[in-house]
Parts: sequence; structure tokens; C-alpha cells
Amino acid sequence: MAPPRNRRPGFSRRAQYGLFLGYVIAAFGAVIAVVLLLLSTFNPGAFSTVRGAAREVTTPLSSGMDSVRGWFGSIPGAIGEHFGTVSENRKLKKQLVQARHVVQQARTLGRENRRLRALLKLRDRDTGTVAVARLVSSSASSTRRYAILNAGSRQGVRPSQPVSGPNGLIGRVLETGFNTARILLIIDPESIVPVQRTRDGLPAIVVGRGDGLVEVRSASVANAPFLSGDTFVTSGTGGIYPPNIPVARVIRNSTDSSLGRVFASPDTVDFALVQQVFMPKLSPSANDREAPRAEGDE
Amino acid sequence: MTERLPVPIGAVDMWRRARWLAPVTVMIGSAITLIPFVAVVPILPPFGLMMLIGWRLLRPDIFPPWSPLLLGLFDDLLSGQPMGSAMFFWTACFLAVDVIDSRLVWRDLWHNWVIGAGAVAVTLIGGRIVASPIGAHVDTAVLFQIIVSVAMLPFLFRICAHLGGRGRRT
Repeated sequence: MAPPRNRRPGFSRRAQYGLFLGYVIAAFGAVIAVVLLLLSTFNPGAFSTVRGAAREVTTPLSSGMDSVRGWFGSIPGAIGEHFGTVSENRKLKKQLVQARHVVQQARTLGRENRRLRALLKLRDRDTGTVAVARLVSSSASSTRRYAILNAGSRQGVRPSQPVSGPNGLIGRVLETGFNTARILLIIDPESIVPVQRTRDGLPAIVVGRGDGLVEVRSASVANAPFLSGDTFVTSGTGGIYPPNIPVARVIRNSTDSSLGRVFASPDTVDFALVQQVFMPKLSPSANDREAPRAEGDE
Repeated sequence: MTERLPVPIGAVDMWRRARWLAPVTVMIGSAITLIPFVAVVPILPPFGLMMLIGWRLLRPDIFPPWSPLLLGLFDDLLSGQPMGSAMFFWTACFLAVDVIDSRLVWRDLWHNWVIGAGAVAVTLIGGRIVASPIGAHVDTAVLFQIIVSVAMLPFLFRICAHLGGRGRRT
């Protein structure tokens, strides 16, 4: 087909100038877009308010669709549950007997741990839960890995609070709106989480790759060996993530750095837990007033 | 020249309706990222851009040259890309389509497909460069995203043609 020539405005001067002006505006707009792009590259939080406002409007939509999906998704489970109850009951009873022994052991260990900690005068920091919410949507068409949480500053969510799921760390809060927040997932190419190996406490960092996997890099010694199956938990270094949240498992034998898979794959997460920042930054005034006891409290 | 067919009494004037329907469908395309699903890799095609190109190729009279700026701004608000990236790349693609259109005398589906594929590829690759660090391992995923998007283009052209009220010569 021949392209329709509706762009050509004919002999009217006014129409010709109007068309020309349109192109001028487009060119100027493109320049402004480049400026915005540079601004948001060098100051990623620059437009958080605007994005937050848009999120406030659109997230209820995602939440609604999410609950509909959840309802339909629960149908097969409900049917299966109805028929599998008896066998499950039998299985669970058997498990209970097996677990009793483990619980005994754990209680003894817990008591001993408390005693030793009291001996060392270690105090557990209160990493209280701020909010429990759902991850309702994500930046599925972008190369960055963000998710939208349907809880925001009204629920007490603040930027840089850690977010974890039942299986492990998911990410941290980047921007908050009234009822929504944007989460930087740990698989994002710009996310770095300080971790330690569970079996020997080897410090490392978990860096997102962008393709759903993470890279585990040794943070102390060169040529540290990583074995497939090594598990890493947060170390508490850096003060954002509380220690001992499971993060990733190495999937390839390697030295110095290796591929890892995160425990809490965000596409399987139903509920996400927002926690307090492990060590919140002290405001300067509070620092002046309570400098001597700032370390132990909060 | 495309002829407008006379609208039968009682029927919807699709030609006129497309004037507000086109921007709305582009924005719906941008809003598909709101589906309740947390992606682990970039997999969703840029439906907003694909709709925009589809409309531009079908009905050049609807969108003024500056309109991709506003539609791109809307896309940037939702997509998670840095602000200004869709604004810039969409406008650049739109102007490029204008230039190509003034050179081509004749356009068929294959031309449209190639033009759309170029726009999608430029926007996705450009978006990847501005959004993610160069060392990120997202290139394979972006390649697949481009392939999927290009494969879906005729489908979106079809939607535009269905809604666009392009008069059929009788």
C-alpha cells in the first residue's frame, strides 16, 4: 500500500509552520529527555516523587489483579487438599515424632547459646518487622530488576530497609510513596550484598548479574575456593541487612568468584517482610547529644 | 491518498475514534508492565513503543511529532527505566520513521515489520545501555526480548488496523 500522505499540509502557510513547529518541539524535547536521562543516571533518586505518584495510582491495579490471580491459583490447591488430608495427616504425625528429638537438641543449644551470649555481654539488636506486604509487579521490560511492594511510608516503610521472603533475602527498599515502595532486588546488576559463608564465615559479596543469577565474590583473601553448594548468609557488614538472612547458594566450583543462585527467587515470593535497617544512620544532632551511648542502643 | 469511507448512520466513526483511542492503547501497552508478576530477567516486550510504531505506520495523521515525548514520559514512570530513556528513544524512533516514510514511496507489511523491528531493537539496546552497567549479564536476555518483540509486531499491527478504521477501497 502507498503510505498515506496526510503529513503534507498543502499550500497553507499556517499548517506548514504548525508542522515545522511540531518537529522543533520534538527535537527540543529529545534534548530535554537526554538531560533528564543524564540527571537520572547521576542522581538515581532525582525523580522518585514523580514515579512515586504514578505508582500510587497504578499499584492498586496490580494488587487487584494479584488477588484475582491468587484466587484462581488457589483452586487446584484447595481441591488437592480436600482429597489429600488423610495421607497428609499420617505423614505429619510421623514427622512430628522425628522432629521431637531435634527440638530437644535445639532447645539445649538455644539455652547454651543464651548463656554464652550473656557471658560475652552480646546484645541482640532488635531488627523488628516493619511491614508484611506483597510484591505486586516488577520492571519486566527493563534490564533493571525492581519490584513494587504494596506498602509504603504510611505503613512505616522507609528507603534502604531490607526486604526478605520466607526463604531468604529479596532486596531493599529504594523509594517509598504513601502506600507503595520500589524494591531493588538482589539480582539487579547494581545490587551488592555483604555476606559470609555459613560453614567458615568467609566474607564475600553477592553482586547481581541481571540474568536471574548472582555472582559471589570473595571479599578478603584472593583465590578463596568456592564449592558448589556453599551457602551464604548476610553478615551485617554495611549496616543495612541484618546478619544471618540466607542469600545465595553457589552452583559452580570456582575460585575467587563464582555463580550463585538466590534462595528467595522473587517470582515465587508471596509475602515479603520489610525489616528495620540493621544499624540506622544517626542524625547529626542525635550524634552530638548521645555520642557516648550511641553504639549500644537502637 | 487514503479515502475515508462514508460512515453509515448509527455506526461508530472509527476514523475519528482512533484519534483518542490510539494514545490510550499506547498507554495501555506501557501499563502491561503492571501485571502481577515479578520478572527475573527482562522478558516483556515494549508494548507501548510497539503500539506507537504500529499506529504511526497505519495512521500518520494521529500523532504529532512531539507526542512520543509525553507517551515516553508515561512509559518511563511505569517501566523502571531511568527517566528520559523512553522519552528520548521513542522520539528518535518516531522521527526516524518520519524520515524513512518520506523516502519510501510504497510500504507493505514487510517494510513495516523491518521498520518496527529497527525501532524495537534501537529502543531496547539503547535502554539497556543507559539503564544497566556495561558489565551486567543481560545481553542474551535483551536479545531474546528483541526476538520475541519483533515476532509479535504483526500481531500489534493487526490490533492497530482493527481499531484504526483504515478505509478499505471499495
